[in-house]
Amino acid sequence: MAGNSEPLSARAKLAVTAGKAAAAVSKAAGRGSGSVIGGKVALRVDPDLLGALAQHLEVTLVSATNGKTTTTRLIAEALRAAGPVVSNALGANMPAGITSALSGGGDARYGVIEVDEKYLAGVARDTDPKCIALLNLSRDQLDRAGETRMLAEKWREGLNGTKAVVVANADDPLIVWAASACANVVWVAAGQEWKEDAWSCPSCGGVLQRQGDDWGCGECGFRRPSPSWVLNGDYVLDPHGSAWPIHLQLPGRANKANAATSAAVAAVFGVPPQVALERMYQVQAVAGRYDVVTYQNRELRLLLAKNPAGWLETFSLIDGPPAPVLLSVNARGADGTDTSWLWDVDYTRLAGHPICVLGDRKLDLAVRLEVAGLEFRVCESLDEALQVCPPGRIETIANYTAFQDLRRRVGN
Amino acid sequence: MSQNSLRLVWVYPDLLSTYGDQGNTLVVERRARQRGLDVSRLDVRSDQQIPTSGDIYLIGGGEDRPQRLAAERLRRDGGLNRAVANGAIVFSVCAGYQILGHEFINDLGQREPGLGLLDVVSTRGEGARCVGDVLADIDERLGLPPLTGFENHQGVTHLGPTARPFAKVRFGNGNGTGDGFEGAYNDTVFGTYMHGPVLARNPMIADLLLKLALDVNALPPVNDQWYEALRAERIAAATQST
Ligand SMILES: [Zn+2]
Repeated sequence: MAGNSEPLSARAKLAVTAGKAAAAVSKAAGRGSGSVIGGKVALRVDPDLLGALAQHLEVTLVSATNGKTTTTRLIAEALRAAGPVVSNALGANMPAGITSALSGGGDARYGVIEVDEKYLAGVARDTDPKCIALLNLSRDQLDRAGETRMLAEKWREGLNGTKAVVVANADDPLIVWAASACANVVWVAAGQEWKEDAWSCPSCGGVLQRQGDDWGCGECGFRRPSPSWVLNGDYVLDPHGSAWPIHLQLPGRANKANAATSAAVAAVFGVPPQVALERMYQVQAVAGRYDVVTYQNRELRLLLAKNPAGWLETFSLIDGPPAPVLLSVNARGADGTDTSWLWDVDYTRLAGHPICVLGDRKLDLAVRLEVAGLEFRVCESLDEALQVCPPGRIETIANYTAFQDLRRRVGN
Repeated sequence: MSQNSLRLVWVYPDLLSTYGDQGNTLVVERRARQRGLDVSRLDVRSDQQIPTSGDIYLIGGGEDRPQRLAAERLRRDGGLNRAVANGAIVFSVCAGYQILGHEFINDLGQREPGLGLLDVVSTRGEGARCVGDVLADIDERLGLPPLTGFENHQGVTHLGPTARPFAKVRFGNGNGTGDGFEGAYNDTVFGTYMHGPVLARNPMIADLLLKLALDVNALPPVNDQWYEALRAERIAAATQST
């Protein structure tokens, strides 16, 4: 825990050095930042390194299907009000990437760590966190992710007995199921537009009944806990009932939800909501997401949406018609190779927008939009799309590798 | 039923709609409306009764626990069996396909009874999960062009004497029994392991369901430009991936 100034063991120091050397070699060879390979080498030298590094920090873990990178960034900004922070800001969220990020922590007091959903229980065991933020769980990468409910079950078992304060979304039944076995939970009514993965009671399999914001199982009594923090439009209500305005440069309802959760996390570390929220305003773009770039004399806003829940939240933040919309979808390894999730996205929400589609799987998108009864143009390249897009800022929505392709193309 | 109206029933979207299965319903609905049919679509949640007066019933794929819950509720409800007895058409995918058979292996590793609407029995495969693009030839009696789909399942489905194989794979696994067969059907009930969703990649199967339901031999053509482009791309992908 923080305050424990016991130095790193000789083995841990050696591991950090070996990891940094490997990262430098990888970076020099042009293979990205080298942080993952560096972390892998360091963990091979000292498998307990992650725990050793975390010992010197007050750790917050952040996990979810959507919004974990942004929320990690918001929490990190908020906690900087209280002291230096180390964070895996670029989203390398498996043990190697996390180890690598913490190795560069210097004199940080707080560690704010995004964790891939599959690794959360293990990282929570290794890092003895003071706080864990759980945002949402929904279907993602159908070809390999396995069951969403099973993931919630694994969290429930893995986090049972944690000493951390768990800050969890009361509006996502799967999150509530995962968190409700923990001793110390702070419930946040952060909302969840996507409901298709939570019709079935995670506890007994009964059908969940919904009424307004409330939900509950008619058969076993599993129900929405009463929240102590509430996102209410542009405000977050704290446990004392005070309303704090959320001003963000990041767009959309989902980011307000991320800010509300982040304010609740900041409060665990004694940072008041007003201070936390003011600091969150500094965050402009997160790993290129939400960035507005100029390319070929056109303004493009770059929006990442990886799964149906993410697309749904993204549709709610784009400019209304006639703003042109450009959609790009790939199905490479990191995206998941099964594109059938496109049919879970309600594209009729784009009615009235001029639409261009591109990416490796533009024909899947074309059939999807045809069946939705929308007009669209299929384009071979970004440059072609920009030529046919009517005037105005282009809302560019892409899934993971398609998003990386676009960023490279526009030099972002 | 009347020649210009169609009652479409989507069975248990709360449990069996994990793999974009709504797409199959959307494609049938769209293609029916394009032919000027008056379509009523009913999405029936698993705490609601299955209507027995539908023309076409669609059932999708799902994870292991929801599959067991769906089988329990469909057996208790009995509506789907009554609808089939009334001559309704049923099209099922993956977990839904297994439920229509005599039995399958549930999430607890036990044999779970199905609805017995298809003469098939499903077990769990020993080998690796079948994941990837599939290309298959549909049973020639149906007179349809090749089947393209995406498979993602561990199940193995064995056909009994009154179920006909829906297709024979050229690339991919299909039913996983080693004989290359994929899916099963009888006069009015169809089952397949193909996602994609399969009707978006094979609109001629959606049209087959419509023709069976309407009892007609032909339907007015619709513009299939993008379906055809997608089919060509995915057929090439399946051919190259092996
Ligand atoms: Zn229940």
